[in-house]
Amino acid sequence: MPRKRTSRRLAADLSLLVVAVAFALPLAWVVLSSVDPHAGLRVRVPDGFTLGNFDAILTPDITYTPLLNSLILCGGGTALTVVCAALAAYPLSRFRSRLNRPFLLTILFATSLPITAIMVPVYALFVRVNLIDTLQGTIFFFAASQLPFAIWLMKNFMDGVPKELEEAAWTDGASSPQSLVRIVLPLMGPGLAVVTVFSFVMMWGNFFVPFMLLLSPDQMPASVSINDFFGNRGMVAYGQLAAFSVIYSTPVILLYVLVARRLGGGFALGGAVKG
Amino acid sequence: MRHHRPRITRALPLSPAVVLLLLFLAGPIAYCVYIAFTDLQLTGQAHASFVGFANFRHAFQDAEFRNAVWLTLVFTVLSSLIGQNTLGLALAALMKRASKPVRTLTGGVVITAWVLPEVVAGFLLYAFFRREGTLNALLEWLHLPRQNWLFTLPVLAVSFANVWRGTAFSMLVYSAALDEIPSEITEAAEVDGAGGWRRMWHITLPMIRRSIGTNLMLNTLQTLSVFGLIWVMTRGGPGNKSQTLPLFMYEQAFQNSMIGYATAVALLLLLVGSLFSVVYLRLLRTEV
Repeated sequence: MPRKRTSRRLAADLSLLVVAVAFALPLAWVVLSSVDPHAGLRVRVPDGFTLGNFDAILTPDITYTPLLNSLILCGGGTALTVVCAALAAYPLSRFRSRLNRPFLLTILFATSLPITAIMVPVYALFVRVNLIDTLQGTIFFFAASQLPFAIWLMKNFMDGVPKELEEAAWTDGASSPQSLVRIVLPLMGPGLAVVTVFSFVMMWGNFFVPFMLLLSPDQMPASVSINDFFGNRGMVAYGQLAAFSVIYSTPVILLYVLVARRLGGGFALGGAVKG
Repeated sequence: MRHHRPRITRALPLSPAVVLLLLFLAGPIAYCVYIAFTDLQLTGQAHASFVGFANFRHAFQDAEFRNAVWLTLVFTVLSSLIGQNTLGLALAALMKRASKPVRTLTGGVVITAWVLPEVVAGFLLYAFFRREGTLNALLEWLHLPRQNWLFTLPVLAVSFANVWRGTAFSMLVYSAALDEIPSEITEAAEVDGAGGWRRMWHITLPMIRRSIGTNLMLNTLQTLSVFGLIWVMTRGGPGNKSQTLPLFMYEQAFQNSMIGYATAVALLLLLVGSLFSVVYLRLLRTEV
């Protein structure tokens, strides 16, 4: 029995390692190429080490402005999403109403709509109401598209905070808004962090929304400006493209690690989407 | 002190979310339904006129539209139903047996691919599949025939890219589901002499069927709306050999400036999405 178990573990380990190597190859390309003075398209050990690629792209035009735009868009969108979702989740979680169930079902329905499909009509609508090429318009749309899932997650986390604690505060004369801010939200800190980080990560990586709704180059976030490495300049500087990809991807990977750690290595979203 | 507040005040915190959702989500969807029935163009006329079902009739007669539907189907079945779903389940099952360092390493790599921004993932896979890229370097080393993947088999390349990027989600869902199966059940089956495949088929799969259902729904919905990944890798080309519905819609709107027609396509995509969404809701029904 133990020998059989050992050989089975070995087989599982080997299969997983094969998959890990296959998945790691494209990742290895971006990391190695970013420090390779002669980066091409294939994975290889650099024949030298250079930070020249990073030096070349760390300029206001190429990196700082797009990243700042990303930060404004995603920060604004996330703040709006989290505030609206926290407010909305409160009555849904605390008060009984006949409208709760239909509302939650609508929200759940909306979480899985393919937002990509409506981008052309959103573009047409934004042209009509003069919101096209504005940061605030894009922020509002980001928030609205992320809200259904955020409300759903937030409500589930809020349900985990016992009502008794709040009732004690009410007895002491606290109002509902006070108890939400002072008691409920602090107690659901990890949940709040998950909703915030998840919304931010989704917006940070989103390409299609800013690609459609923003037009001026100086407003473009990193997800769209990365396209400039191709096309207009003819020869692609792959080393620089890789360096930019590394800088652009690092924040979301760090945020993910932060949240995953905080939840004890587990991942709450897998559970959350199951209901 | 009791709180007897009027219902209106209680519902007040919902209003910012509801306003945002109505203005920026329900509004565009309603507008989508409206302009799908008009001949709205990108430039030119200020007023679009109502054309009834003409856009939809046009779509079903349009060979390019049918091509996009077919490619969307191939892309979804290959990458979501077969790729992400099966690989995710296999990884989750293998991880239960593997040693901890291997488990952590593989999980980390697969999840990193998932957390990366869509466009970056697109570039990485573009580099991987290009003629002078890593895949061909590997094939050369193994003395296998090479080809220009993004030209010869673009749908396969973008499907593989979607598997690379999306498998982590299935892996996480299935890991959670497998953890919930009581170990006594699998051990009992083992004692009764059921081998690995039979246990998988007769015990594990039936026990996690609800997770399979929800995972398939969500994978399919995500795959239906993939745009950036394909855009970066192939722009839908060569020709329209990897032009799925979202890319077809984009091209109709901005290259051919037919917003009305593009929106009709968008509406069809939205309807298919809603259908999946409703099925997903029914799967979850007992839990809401």
